[in-house]
Amino acid sequence: MKIGILALQGSYFDHQKYFSNLNVDTLLIKEPHQLKEIDGLVLPGGESTTIRRLIDRYNFMDDLKDFCSKKPVFGTCAGMILLAKEVVDNPTHIGVLNVRVKRNAFGRQKDSFEEKIMVNKVGEVEGVYIRAPYIDQVGDNVEVLAIHKEIIVAVQQDNILATSFHPELTDNLLIGKYFINMIDKRISKA
Amino acid sequence: MINIGTERVKRGMAEMQKGGVIMDVVNAEQAKIAEAAGAVAVMALEKVPSDIRRDGGVARMADPTIIEQVMNSVSIPVMAKCRIGHIVEARCLEALGVDYIDESEVLTPADDMFHINKREYTIPFVCGAKDLGEATRRIAEGASMIRTKGEPGTGNIVEAVRHMRIVSAQVRKVVNMSEDELMSFAKELGAPYHLLLEIKKIGKLPVVNFAAGGVATPADAALMMQLGADGVFVGSGIFKSENPEKFARAIVEATTYYQDYARIAQLSKNLGVAMKGIDISKIDQKDRMSERGW
Repeated sequence: MKIGILALQGSYFDHQKYFSNLNVDTLLIKEPHQLKEIDGLVLPGGESTTIRRLIDRYNFMDDLKDFCSKKPVFGTCAGMILLAKEVVDNPTHIGVLNVRVKRNAFGRQKDSFEEKIMVNKVGEVEGVYIRAPYIDQVGDNVEVLAIHKEIIVAVQQDNILATSFHPELTDNLLIGKYFINMIDKRISKA
Repeated sequence: MINIGTERVKRGMAEMQKGGVIMDVVNAEQAKIAEAAGAVAVMALEKVPSDIRRDGGVARMADPTIIEQVMNSVSIPVMAKCRIGHIVEARCLEALGVDYIDESEVLTPADDMFHINKREYTIPFVCGAKDLGEATRRIAEGASMIRTKGEPGTGNIVEAVRHMRIVSAQVRKVVNMSEDELMSFAKELGAPYHLLLEIKKIGKLPVVNFAAGGVATPADAALMMQLGADGVFVGSGIFKSENPEKFARAIVEATTYYQDYARIAQLSKNLGVAMKGIDISKIDQKDRMSERGW
């Protein structure tokens, strides 16, 4: 199994380290053709506007959409924004996750915070929220996995997993294990 | 329990900026150009460093009106500079709600003895450093991000290269040293011992390290990435160039694809004139911004 991490900008090295701690091979994805070599893809945290510009500039979009329709994808923070079908006051990016997200929804950096959170089917993890987005509407086929004070911060829609928070900045590997399990299931089905 | 302003949240913010370009802007219009070009953050200033250098006099925190206008015009993070040791300017920036404070040698220092105790703030700080001793002293004071100083406002990359090479070489030295030798090296560098122990263990600085001070072209940005920077600050280089939009986009792309030389050659074509630049040897030692702070 090999997990790719979109490495245009953001915390891709942290994700690489996070999944290395789970003994999985990783590949930093800088070119669209590399998507063929991987079984699952991580869209890391970073600045969604920057990542989007680079996605367009280097013709990643069609290949990313195609990948998301076939194999497991995990978006954290900016990654969640990239996946959403609708972004409040902003253009849609990949648009495959049936939710509406709000950018910087908890406020600016001074409002960034951490708190333990129970994630359904995963367990308790450390939620680290950095200028984080949240989900204010969910559509069909979306399962809500975690709620922070009545606000949706983690969801799954079939092969797509998304969190407002950053597991890659913590030592808690439960979400990574869950994502690996999603990939395993997909591989054994194929 | 909800915890704000934790070390992880502050350092994590810098982690999200990695592989990106942070651009100096002096108004909302420039901030929008920077955001559209793919900047990961903007630094709101009254004057870019080359104008500060030209005009002389005391350089202070920017007028809060400018900072607020920039904050209201973009959705990416906004940073602002306070003078070294100026506790009140820093508290003002925190009250304004900027996302990151740069305790910066580009402004005239307010305190020639002490830097700010940055642990006491909810907002993260970035500080300049010329070597590992300076970097670790700032980290021990609570800086959540380091940038090598370079020589701001010169459009000349030589000092940025020197500082990045020094920091990287000293990190490598720490990693390869026997633990028995570390205390002596800590003494030599004036570095907090516990941070050298941590660097030895994790193999790198414990916070993100950007390059700054002299980046003027896409190739300059890629050079700093190749030398180990996690990202770059571009001060005067963008809005003092002939075509800021084009320069901004090209520098962002060169930072992402810093090892793809054909691509960097391609995007360096027809950019127009870069900022003029200054030979460092023409600047008196006492006028060098990188000599400010310790």
